[in-house]
Amino acid sequence: MEFIYEVEGGNFIKAGNASSAVKKTLKQLNVDPKIVKRTVVALYEAEVNIVAHAYRGSITVNINARSIRIILDDDGPGIPDIELAMRQGYSTASPKVREMGFGAGMGLPNIKKNVDELNMSSIVNKGTKVEMITYL
Amino acid sequence: MKVCDLVDKLDLKVFCGQQGINRLVDGAYVSDLLSDVMGNVDENNVWITLQTHKNIVAIASLKEVAAIILVKGHEPEQAALEQSNTEGIPILGTKLETFEIAGRLYALLNES
Repeated sequence: MEFIYEVEGGNFIKAGNASSAVKKTLKQLNVDPKIVKRTVVALYEAEVNIVAHAYRGSITVNINARSIRIILDDDGPGIPDIELAMRQGYSTASPKVREMGFGAGMGLPNIKKNVDELNMSSIVNKGTKVEMITYL
Repeated sequence: MKVCDLVDKLDLKVFCGQQGINRLVDGAYVSDLLSDVMGNVDENNVWITLQTHKNIVAIASLKEVAAIILVKGHEPEQAALEQSNTEGIPILGTKLETFEIAGRLYALLNES
């Protein structure tokens, strides 16, 4: 099964809509509630990263009997140093985003903690691709 | 304990999300950093915060939080209010500061 969602950069009003839709689908598919919870945390963080940092992006969710595979692909500034970005507490979020309580440098560590496999690639001034896999 | 019991005993204002007033509460989490809440709040917890924008309801819904308590007289923004009514997750308010309301809630949950 495959689902695709579009995410608008900068639109915090819609942030979380894709995560919410995916959560409903996983529940309907009777996925283990613990896995639903972990997936939702990781996906929300990744969705908000697109909203906070990129211009636009897409989320592609693939579900089969063995795994949940989610790919987030954005057009955006990219990440020059992924290792640095992964560090707890490191953030490049704007002051406005931080005021809202986002941008504490906890998003990527949260993602890593909640999926079985995390692959990231990025091209500066082009965009970032995040692949998250959870085995069922 | 239910959300409505907290409203009575802690003298909280119910801004919105009235349908969720009978949700069960078994703990609480205090934080204004949204990723921290996303990573650590448990379902059926009450979330105490000073953030008032719509995203708090999205997080509360994804994590199945019982209710949100806004401290120091803060009020939810209009979009948060509407989303709270849609999701049935109450947003409550107190004039107290975080330390005081958290302490009172801790005592209340421990005696029940």
